[in-house]
Amino acid sequence: MNQIEFLQLTSPFKDKVFRLAKRLLVSTEEAEDATQEVLVKLWSKNESLVEFNSVEAFAMTMTKNYCLDQLKSKRVQNLKMVDNNFTDNSDCLVKKLEDGDSLNWVEKIINQLPEQQRLIIQMRDIEQYEFSEIAIIMQMNETAIRVALSRARKSIRECMTKIENYGIEKY
Amino acid sequence: MELKNIEILLKKYFDSETSISEENELRKYFSSADVLPHLKQYQPMFGYFIDAAAQKMESKVPVKSKIVQLPWFSIAASIAVLVGVVSYVEFRDEAVNTDLGTYDNPEVALVETQRALAMLSNHVNTGIESVMYIKEYKKSKNLIFKQQ
Repeated sequence: MNQIEFLQLTSPFKDKVFRLAKRLLVSTEEAEDATQEVLVKLWSKNESLVEFNSVEAFAMTMTKNYCLDQLKSKRVQNLKMVDNNFTDNSDCLVKKLEDGDSLNWVEKIINQLPEQQRLIIQMRDIEQYEFSEIAIIMQMNETAIRVALSRARKSIRECMTKIENYGIEKY
Repeated sequence: MELKNIEILLKKYFDSETSISEENELRKYFSSADVLPHLKQYQPMFGYFIDAAAQKMESKVPVKSKIVQLPWFSIAASIAVLVGVVSYVEFRDEAVNTDLGTYDNPEVALVETQRALAMLSNHVNTGIESVMYIKEYKKSKNLIFKQQ
């Protein structure tokens, strides 16, 4: 396989890899690095790529594993994100609410979900993969994916309702 | 789209039982302008999904691996250096070897050499008269300072 063929093969899902990496790693730069890493790994596998029936699914699995590894290695070094690390948390919340940027809120909520749910939401609701494809990428069975997805969607809904009713509802 | 239909779809959606096409129907409904007030809360969610799917990677990924590229650069560089060195050496040799002619008879050669040297020293001596003035300065200086 030469470079042009490789580019043609990877360009349809390159952005999907990037978005999946960004969903997990949050930072754009790190997501770009991850995408590059995945593509370089694919390129080095060059000859054996033809044997896979879905290069895209393989690339997505690689991305998932790479990002989870990245997160794991970072978690050891970094300060854990606990609420009391931020002193002005509530202040920020109110300010953000006033901005009313609800799309940003959805992103924030999704990024607070557990990694597995984040991955599944990304692949189903944003990239619109079929459950069978997600099952291959995640190496899980379809029922487990449906359960996790339903849980993720419901917790997004719950958070959104909470934000909508903030200050109106009595706690 | 019927309201009931959407509500059923939404319920199915949150139980992860919708198909891709049904989810697309939901997306279409929520991206339209006339969303009923009690369903408005779901609008940002679907709006975000559509928004996020459009995100693209800005920077280009260099697919050519560096390992492949490097030897070519070094080969090109070494050829350039080689050509430079060779052409420099060649050029210098030519300059040294330029034939100016020679004499076969040593006596003629001696005469010619002396003539050439005389001509050279002649040129060296031109302008020496004007330097003579400096001696006058020295005389008057000695007169004034009376040293030693």
